[in-house]
Parts: sequence; C-alpha cells; structure tokens
Amino acid sequence: MREINYGQAISEAMHEEMVRDGSVIILGEDMGVMGSVFGLTKGFMDEFGAHRVIDTPISEAGFTGMAVGAAMRGLRPIVELMYVDFAPICLDPIVNQAAKMRYMTGGQVKVPLVIRAPGGAGRRNAGQHSQSLEALFTHIPGLKVVAPATPYDAKGLLKSAIREDDPVMFLEHKILYAQKGEVPETEYLIPLGKADVKRQGKDVTIIAYSRQVVFALEAAKELAAQGIEAEVIDLRTLVPLDWETIETSVKKTHRVVVVQEAVKRGGYAGEIATQIMENAFDELDAPVKRVAGLNVVLPFSPALEDAAYPSAKDIVAGVRDVVK
Amino acid sequence: MDGQTAMKFLREMLKIRYFELKAAELFMQGLMAGNIHTCAGQEAAEVGACQALRETDFITSTHRGHGHCIAKGGQVDIMMAELFGKATGYCKGKGGSMHIVDVGLGILGANGIVGAGIPIATGSALASKIRGADEVTLAFFGDAASNQGSFHEALNMASAWKLPCVFVCENNKYGVSVCIDRVCNVEDIATRAVAYNIPGVVVDGNDVFEVYEAVKTAVERARSGEGPSLVECKTYRHRGHYEGDPQIYKTPEEVGYWKDRDPILRLRQKMTDANLATVVELDVLEAEVKAEIEAAVEFAKQSPYPAVDQVTMDVYANDNERSVIR
Ligand SMILES: Cc1ncc(C[n+]2csc(CCOP(=O)(O)OP(=O)(O)O)c2C)c(N)n1
Ligand SMILES: [Mg+2]
Repeated sequence: MREINYGQAISEAMHEEMVRDGSVIILGEDMGVMGSVFGLTKGFMDEFGAHRVIDTPISEAGFTGMAVGAAMRGLRPIVELMYVDFAPICLDPIVNQAAKMRYMTGGQVKVPLVIRAPGGAGRRNAGQHSQSLEALFTHIPGLKVVAPATPYDAKGLLKSAIREDDPVMFLEHKILYAQKGEVPETEYLIPLGKADVKRQGKDVTIIAYSRQVVFALEAAKELAAQGIEAEVIDLRTLVPLDWETIETSVKKTHRVVVVQEAVKRGGYAGEIATQIMENAFDELDAPVKRVAGLNVVLPFSPALEDAAYPSAKDIVAGVRDVVK
Repeated sequence: MDGQTAMKFLREMLKIRYFELKAAELFMQGLMAGNIHTCAGQEAAEVGACQALRETDFITSTHRGHGHCIAKGGQVDIMMAELFGKATGYCKGKGGSMHIVDVGLGILGANGIVGAGIPIATGSALASKIRGADEVTLAFFGDAASNQGSFHEALNMASAWKLPCVFVCENNKYGVSVCIDRVCNVEDIATRAVAYNIPGVVVDGNDVFEVYEAVKTAVERARSGEGPSLVECKTYRHRGHYEGDPQIYKTPEEVGYWKDRDPILRLRQKMTDANLATVVELDVLEAEVKAEIEAAVEFAKQSPYPAVDQVTMDVYANDNERSVIR
C-alpha cells in the first residue's frame, strides 16, 4: 500500500470532504495563500476559492466564535488553531458556546464544527507552543475529542469528525506530521469512539494516544526482549471513550499502564485509571500506573525538554513497576 | 540631530542588525533549536521608541523581540546564551528566543502569544499610576496583533483611565503570510485610536528620528497623566516570518522598495551627508559592533547547558517541590 505522512493524511481528509460537501469551509491563520504553516492546505484556496478557505486575522476568539455561528446556520467549518496553546484565547466559543448549544437549546441547535489544533512537545518551542491540552476539552460535556497517532487513523477520523453533528476537538501532534504510514487511496472512514489494539499481548496493557502510541510500541518491543508481552491500545478518540476495548484487555492482562504526554496532574490518564478502578477493580493484579509529563511548564532548552515528558524508556520503567 | 546622538542610535541599530543576522546564520547551521523570528529591517522603530524612554520605564515585547530587548539595554551575550538554551541565558534556558525578560532593565517580556503583551503593558501602567510613580510603559506589537481583542480591550481601558502607556505598532505589512490589507479595513492602524479617543499618529518607521520624536511626544503625554497614545511605525521585515520561511507572499518590487529604505543605510547616509561622521568612523563603529556580537556567540557557545534537575525548578515561589510532585 502507498505510504503518506500524517500531515498529508489530514490534508487529504480535508480535501475529500471539501469536494464532497460544499458546506465544509476552512478558517484559520495562514490557511489560504500560505497553505497553512504546516503545508496542509496547499492549493486549497485556488481550488475552492477564498470564500471557502479563509485566511483569518489573528483573532482567535472572533473567528472561532464566527465558526460556531456559521455551524449553527448549516455550514461545517473546520477551524485551525495554529497551535493548541492558542485555544485559551478562544475558550469561550469552544466551552460556553459550541459545547453547550445543543443541550441548552433543548436539542434544537447543532454545531457541526471541527477545531483542528496541533499540540505537543519535542520541537523546542517552549512553554507557550508545546502543550498537550486535551484534558481541558475532555472535561467539557458537549465536546468530542480525537487524538490520532497514525496517518491512517488521522485521515479516517478527521473525515468522520467533519461529518459529525457535534463539535469535535481534533488534536494533532506536531512531531507526527512527518511520520509516514500506510493509507489506502480508496475512501474509508473510521468511526469516532473506537480504540485500536495496535499490538496484542498478554502480560500488561499499555493505554496511550497521540504521539505516545509511537513510544508505547517502541517500549513494547523492548519489553518483549525482556520477556514481557505488552498489549498496546491506541484510544484514538478520548470522548467518547471505548470502554469495551479497555475492559477486554484488562480482563486479559490484569495490569495497566496509562500513558499521556500532558502533565500528569488532572490529565486524562487519571480519568482512565479511575474508570478502570471503579469498573474493573477485581480484575487488577496491580495498581494502575500513570506515565505522564512532569507537572512543569515545558522548557525551551534541549537539555531540559526531553526530561519533561515521557518517552519509550519511561514507559518501559512504568511497565516494570506493575509487572514484577 | 547631533553627531553623538546619531552615533548612539546607529550603534544600537547595528547591534540589532548584526545580532539578528548572526542568530539567523547560527539557526540555519542547526546550532540553535526551536524557532527564531528576526527583526532585521525594523531597527529604527525599535531604537527610536526605546531612546524616547527612561531607564526606569518599561516595555513589553513580542515573538519578534530581540530588537526590543537590545534597544532597552538587554545584553547581547546573555540574550545569545538564551537562544542557545544555556544556563547563562536571561531565562536560564527555559524560555528561549520568544521569552526574553530582564525586569531590572524594564523589559517585562517578549511573548509567544500574539497580542498578549498589550494588556500586560497596560497593567504595568496601572501599577505605576496606583503607586504614584512617574514611569511609563510602552507596548510593542505588530500590525496583525492589532486584530486581537486584547489590543482593543487594553486601549479602551488605558484611555478610560488615562494610564501612562504608549502603544507602538510596528506595521511591517504582514502577520506571517497574511497581508494586513486583506484582514483589516483601515489603511492605517493608527486610525483605530479614534475609537478610543486617544492620539494616533503614523510615522516613517524606518526613520529613527521621526520615530523618536513621535514616541517622545507620546511618552511625555503619558508621563504627565494625560493618558495613552498609539504610534504606528510603517516598516518592513527583511527576512522571513521565521527562519526558513519561503516568503511566497512577498513581491520582488516590494522587497526592492524597502531595501532602498533600509533604516541603517539611510541613517548612515544622513550622517555622512550632514558631516556628522566620516565613512571611516562608521566602518569602525560597525566593526566594533560585529566584534561584540562575535563575543556574545562565543560566550553562548562556551556556556553550560542547564543541569537536568532544573526542569522542575521555578514553577512556584513557595513549596515548589511538593507542588511539582503532587
Ligand atoms: C495568539 C496567537 N495566534 C497566532 C500565533 C502565531 N503567530 C506568531 S507570530 C504571528 C504573526 C504576527 O504578526 P504581527 O503581529 O504583525 O507581528 P510580526 O510577526 O509581523 O512582527 C502569528 C500568527 C501566536 N503566536 N499567537
Ligand atoms: Mg506584522
């Protein structure tokens, strides 16, 4: 099968949905003339016109709010926040408007909006351009949250997200943009809310999402060499959460490590660990372990940044803690 | 314009230019991590504005902040060390290019968030007013930042409460790739001052004396309690938004137009025309500045990286360890 990178996969998903559905529009900084700073919408403005591929001013609160309004009126906007770190500027349209509209109108109004936002550390971009902020969004009822790890998943999930009738936070990882993987040329969709077991194993379950899936698979290889067979679950979608896949795996391995790049305190890994504790406690042979970022601001210096968030060796160490 | 003042202004502008060219070169060689935004071409706006301030005054800066920091007295060696992520840098290597701060010099900080410095400057001005200190705070920001809500909200409050601040917009025509005239329906950003009932002036941002005079008037007004002003400096960035930017959005004509208006070449020309300095004197000055930048690079290269245990330091003032662990 042909291989393309994660960025190209996202680009193709947007392109196909723009062709398929005239109500899909793109709004964001540098999305038009420049084709986005990550090159994901190259040529889109020429092909679809400046009315569907909109170069916005640097007004995140304004254009995200506008996207909510346009979605309420039947368009399907895809907003790009150049970095997820800028989401705090437009939390009101996301948290108080988009997320609550359906419920507070008694189901009258739908907001079919996708907010794409790259996050993640590893590029020495310092504290205001490196965060993983998924827990801000998983905490808010009304938002769906997707965080793919592979080109294949990114494409299939983004296409589904664009067709969703509720707001979706589509969280990408900057480091993954250049990561290659197999993606078929024929159309496919991946439903939201379905995890993917990326590796089978019997001794321990590693639950991860986004870039940490890559590290989890690396760790699993290393662990196999040490005689431990790890199962790796890629959640792909954080909300809705695929509990069945988690439960099945826990019943098989009885030991769990949950991994996230984000800072540990208040993170989504804690939510998953708690759900396992509440619903499958009797299955556990060891306490659920979290492997996560330090509770610090991401530092710029290359000498510090790598120490601030987990990589494969931290996951190996975490697994060794629960498999004794 | 006297010779001594002109020399002083030129020295600062050269320092910024050579700092930026050097940083860009080192970045392209892979000696610096992350991302840098250089301000080559905008030196007159930065130096002209800061020269109108006192040492005890304050500034806030932007993602394109090296020039502001140098113009306000920042040390190029400590800055360079920060760009290298070294322990001797302004932020101990934790902030990098976009986050240089020296509170002692009145540099309240560069910022990675476009528009964020504007209300911070306004808050600094509020602090001066409440404490009865006669300091002024100057906010630097770009044309594109003036489309953020933070700009409008801050100008409104500064005006309503007559706060001692000055808003300096460096209009270099672009926010990354987006030309300001595609996302803003006023010709001059300074026109926006009308909405807040404060003075708004447009100056040739590549003429250091014109900037200096305009900002000086604004600073005096702020210091005397009459409130803020908006000064727009029309200028141009010579290089990409970031290093490596292909700059497809610029036209060769436009680049040529601004090259002819290079603020440093213009000042040099003015000085020699007015017999304020000889070409030889100016060349000596340039060589001195270049040597200073080379020394800064050497300092940065020789400096150690922060020890890895620094990663958990400075998150909190008190109870840091427990707060980071739990
Ligand atoms: C809130 C926010 N949105 C977007 C960005 C990404 N970004 C960084 S600089 C920039 C353009 C800023 O343009 P302008 O204010 O004119 O300053 P200039 O770069 O021209 O100096 C953008 C969009 C950011 N850092 N912060
Ligand atoms: Mg600009």
